[in-house]
Order: sequence, then C-alpha cells, then structure tokens
Amino acid sequence: MTNNLLEIRDLHKSYGAVEVLKGVDCTMRQGDVVSIIGSSGSGKTTMLRCINMLEEFEGGTISIDGQAIGYEIVNGQRRRKSEREIARQRALTGMAFQQFNLFPHMSAVGNVMLGLVKVKKIGRDEARAVAETWLDRVGLRERAEHYPGQLSGGQQQRVAIARAIAMNPKLMLFDEVTSALDPELVNEVLQVIKNLAQDGMSMLLVTHEMRFAYEVSNRVIFMNQGRIGEEGNPREMFHKPGTERLAEFLKSSTFN
Amino acid sequence: MDIMHFLDVVWLARMPILKGLGVTISISFLAICAGTVLGVFVGLALTYGVRPLRWIVRGYTDFIRGTPVLVLVLASYYVLSTVGLDLGPFQAGVLALAVFCSSHVGEIVRGALQSIPRGQTEAAKAIGLTFPQTFAYVLGPQALRQVLPAWVNTAAEMVKASTLLSIIGVAELLLRTQELISRSFMSLEFYFFAGFLYFTINYAIERFGRYVERKTAVPT
Repeated sequence: MTNNLLEIRDLHKSYGAVEVLKGVDCTMRQGDVVSIIGSSGSGKTTMLRCINMLEEFEGGTISIDGQAIGYEIVNGQRRRKSEREIARQRALTGMAFQQFNLFPHMSAVGNVMLGLVKVKKIGRDEARAVAETWLDRVGLRERAEHYPGQLSGGQQQRVAIARAIAMNPKLMLFDEVTSALDPELVNEVLQVIKNLAQDGMSMLLVTHEMRFAYEVSNRVIFMNQGRIGEEGNPREMFHKPGTERLAEFLKSSTFN
Repeated sequence: MDIMHFLDVVWLARMPILKGLGVTISISFLAICAGTVLGVFVGLALTYGVRPLRWIVRGYTDFIRGTPVLVLVLASYYVLSTVGLDLGPFQAGVLALAVFCSSHVGEIVRGALQSIPRGQTEAAKAIGLTFPQTFAYVLGPQALRQVLPAWVNTAAEMVKASTLLSIIGVAELLLRTQELISRSFMSLEFYFFAGFLYFTINYAIERFGRYVERKTAVPT
C-alpha cells in the first residue's frame, strides 16, 4: 500500500500478435496533472483505456488508491474480476472521449444525471441539482435542456466532461478531447480542463495540444513504441529533450 | 354491379365478416407480440451472445427466414402433431407466424444494435453502468427508434401472412370471405371488401408506428 493515486506496473497489452504496450510503469499522486504525448500508435490511448478497463490487458497491474483494477490473483491464478466489480471500479475514474459520446436521446442534464441516478443511486431531484451545478461550472447551465444534436462540438465536449466529473471520480482521464473539434472550439474545452486542474483534480490527459500540455501539466510522459520514452516536468522536456526521439517528435509537432 | 345490393349482402353477412376480422386481428396481434418479444431475445443473442449461442440462433433465423411462411404454417399444424404436440389450427397458425416474425424482428434488432456507435457503450461503461443498465438506458432506447420503421413493415407482413391460415382451416377473414363468395357469387366485390379491411388494419399499424416515432423523436 502506497499513497500513490495511480500505480501502473509493467503493463502489457497486445492486439493479436501486435504488442501495443510493452511494459509501462507509471505513478501519479493525488492532484497530479499528467499529459501523455507521443506519435499515433505509440500506445497512449490504449494505456488510458486500460486504466478503466475499456481494454483488457494481459500483463502487469494497475491500481487506483491501492485497489487492483480489473484483475485479481486467486490461488496464484490471474483472474478477471466480476462484471459488477469492474463496473464499480470504472466509477473510480471519469473519462472524456475524443468523440464526446454523449447519449443523443437525452438532454444535457439527462446525460449528466444518468450515472448519478443509476450508479450513485442519488434521488432524481438531488441528481438534477448536482448535474446543474456541473453544467454551470462548464458554462452551460442555460443549455441544460438541450439535446446533443442541438449543441456545438465544444459544448458537447463540455457536457461530456461534466457528465464524467459529476460522478466525483478520483482520477479524470481525457482521451484527445480536442482532436475532433473545430480549431475555434478547442479553447473553450481546454479552459474547462484548466479550471479543473486549478481545483486540484487529478488528471491524466492524452493530448496533441503541446502548448496545452506544457501549460497545464506538472508532468509529461512521452510514449514511444509501447514504452515510456521519457518522462519529466514539461519545462525540461520541451526545452531540453533528453532523447533523440522526443526531440524529433517535438520538432514535428505544433509546439514552438 | 349494384352497390346497394352488395351493401345489403354485406350487412346480412356482418356477423361472419366481423368474426373473421376478429380472428385475423387476434392472430396478427398474438403473432406480432410473441414474435416481437422472442425477436428481441434473438437480436440480443445475435449481437451479444457467446459464440455457440450466436451460431445456434444464427442457424435458427437463417432457416426460418429462408422458409416460406406457408411451409411453416403447414409444418406447425401437421408435423408437430406427429411428434406429439397437438395444436389446434389457430394455435398452430399463431405459433408459425410468431416464429417467422421473431426471425425477422431478430435481424432488425441486431441491425439496430450494431448500428449504434461503440462509443455509446464505452461512455456508459465509463460512468460505471453495468451491461443491463447500459442496455436499458442507453442502447435500448436508441435501438427502438431505429427498429420502428422496419418493425411496422414486419407487423404488416404478419397481418398479410395471417391469410395463409385459411389453408389449415382457421376461420379468419379470407376464409370467411371465400365462404361468402361461394354463397353469393359476388367474388369481385367481396375480395375488394376484404382487401379494404386488410388495408385498414395495416394502415392503423402504420399510424401507430408513426405515432411512436414522433413520440420518441430526438430534437436536433
């Protein structure tokens, strides 16, 4: 038992014969904001998705607050936990997706309320109050009754973040949340994430926004071919990359 | 053709016509309801079932969908009795239509569920919903909208297929009509009249489908 919020040890993950994660180690403390950067196919998103068991992983362990995620060892055998238990563990983290994935048949407030009512078992009135508070925090209180189809991409993503964060997760996972947005809508979403960072929310972000990673995170992880290529504080990493590979990557990215 | 005379004959024959209509509606209603319920399970098995279950259900739907309804009707009346399951013509007919309906509804449900983006399931998982909850609140309601137009089609097909039950002696609307024709020799008039009644039933089903579609429409 340590006081690390997130602890990933020797994480391995393959799709068939292709090994995507080749032994990743990573720890996060409460309040850390960690950005994962790297080129496509380096395993960033896969790593994020293993943390809430959207992907199964074959080797290694992930624990949040000391709880082993997804698998347990019974009589020396590694065994997948029950669906019910995994569903419960998924609520430890909140996730925002590249494609927002709002439920199109529910209003904005309905989207935020669903988890509160069905997972947290909070009464509808209270859940609505919590949902409205969070929609307010992302600047969309007056859009509470709008449906996803009536909102812009940036607004949808903010609702999606509110939906995740209203569940009061210990750790927020952001999977390239601005990649599907028009350039002029990116900032409103990044601003929401910055505010959350200032409130002390622990966050792990996969991002292509180098400037944003630089500004918001207190640590950056550079993933390279299924391993952590380099890791450190953003100032050092962006200005004095320690490896050839990172220097190349930064040169080709938009950060300058 | 004397329309007043025909209406007179229809009026005199109103009881057999109404009885036939009642039987047609009950057959269709029972077959559609049972077929839909069974079809939802077929669709779920096809989409989420473990591999052996999926194979079995796939075999079932392909076999049933590839068989003429008339053959199913005859089989459920004549063949089932040889294996000890003695059904009356009405029961056998409803069973055959329900089975036929279920294979179609199953395919419709599978198609609807598979057309929902994976991200929906992932988002539901990410907030901690279990699979039954995900289905009930996220996938089901979205699938319902997709299913409706095709379901209305299938339901209308069931009403039309109910005429085949006249072959095994179920006194539904078509058989009643034919009996009336053999007494009055007014074949053109009575077939038109029966056609009009079938149209009315199917029109009602279509309106019902539209109504549900409107009720469940998502604002954009």
